Amino acid sequence: MRAALVILRKDLRIEWRTKESLSSYGVLGVLLLVVFAFAHDPTPTEAPRLAPAVLWVTIVFTGMLGIQRAFAVEREQDCMAGLLGAPIDPAAVYLAKLVGTLLLLAAMQVVLVPLAIVLLRLDLGGALPGVVLVLVLGDLGFASLGTLFAAVAMRTRAREVLLPVLLLPLVVPVVIAGVKATQAALAGGLADGAEALRVLAVFDLVFTVAGWLLFQYVVQD
Amino acid sequence: MRTLENVLAPLCMVTMLAALALVFLIVPTEAEMGIVQRIFYFHVGSAWVTYACFFTVAGASAVYLWKRSPTADRLAYASAEVGVLFCTLLLITGPIWARPIWGVWWTWDPRLTMTVILWGIYVGYLMLRAFGGEDESVARWAAVLGIVGVVDIPILRVSVRLLSGIHPYVVGNEQSGGLADPWMQVGLGVSALALTLLAGWLIMLRARTERLAHEVAVLQRRLEMRAAAP
Repeated sequence: MRAALVILRKDLRIEWRTKESLSSYGVLGVLLLVVFAFAHDPTPTEAPRLAPAVLWVTIVFTGMLGIQRAFAVEREQDCMAGLLGAPIDPAAVYLAKLVGTLLLLAAMQVVLVPLAIVLLRLDLGGALPGVVLVLVLGDLGFASLGTLFAAVAMRTRAREVLLPVLLLPLVVPVVIAGVKATQAALAGGLADGAEALRVLAVFDLVFTVAGWLLFQYVVQD
Repeated sequence: MRTLENVLAPLCMVTMLAALALVFLIVPTEAEMGIVQRIFYFHVGSAWVTYACFFTVAGASAVYLWKRSPTADRLAYASAEVGVLFCTLLLITGPIWARPIWGVWWTWDPRLTMTVILWGIYVGYLMLRAFGGEDESVARWAAVLGIVGVVDIPILRVSVRLLSGIHPYVVGNEQSGGLADPWMQVGLGVSALALTLLAGWLIMLRARTERLAHEVAVLQRRLEMRAAAP
């Protein structure tokens, strides 16, 4: 647990000093959102139905690239070997990378969500807490598998292509349930999205535990 | 292993011929859908084989992570390949039937969505195998993916049901599309058996070629080392 905190603090310090991930993927997310917004400029009545899909596709695409960063920083000078050679549980490394990715996703969404409200002409009303809840649940699900397979993809030849190919079909439940729950939240009640929220919660639970247990097999040599 | 292979091959041929005879000569034509309904016998059989293969991948992967047996690893790889083959057949036979009956080649019905996503997961598995190279860590990564893929199946099932659906229930008679005639049920059973035997046989062949390829690689390496030594 303490080891995980140390690794997380190290990653956050690197990010704070370089501001590489947040700036590059933040800008990419903004651009994606802008492209989507003018590719299909929704009328205010369409917006609550369309905006969740646009938002989630943007999150998944930028997240996919952002997650690679978590392990890309360890590739330089073979830091990963040092990390794994340290007398700590590999699960601590998983936990640190998972939380780091979650923070990165959250930071990007702090920018993306207000922008989506403006560009897609959303009327949020009192829906903000519901949307935030859905985003947090969705991020955790996405990051749980993303962290696991980023560690895999990083060490193969085709890493940039392989991560999306492996991850996209696996996180389909997050995308479907995320869109449905966001739609329900925007339509005024999370109650309609109860089923979707359950899917997200189960996905989070199952794959955070699975990632925690399986990570050692991914990194051991 | 070789004897099992030698038994499976003729058994597979006999049941396959029986299935073809049943489906094209004996089974009556379905009243509403007509001749195109006959594709069901292979479509449903492929669906069953696809799932059986993917669950075999997960089982073999778990055994591999636990025991580190190369046989389990090769079984997982072979099952994934054969599973993707039958999943592809499923995705080809489905639209051929759907076009005249539903009027469209494709619709985002839960089962169709589910199948295409499963196909994506295991094509990813094969890509991981292909790009990873031939060392032991690829086997571990693939095993992790094989397990995660199957764990994902029930969650996927629930999540795609959030979309609405029109796929018929063939066996359960819950909607139209139930198999009324007893010969139809025999036809379905025999063709499912034939496809299962075919899949089993293909998996065994594939696992054997994988083992031989590994042996050749080992021998080649030894030869190179001997050539390099003075």
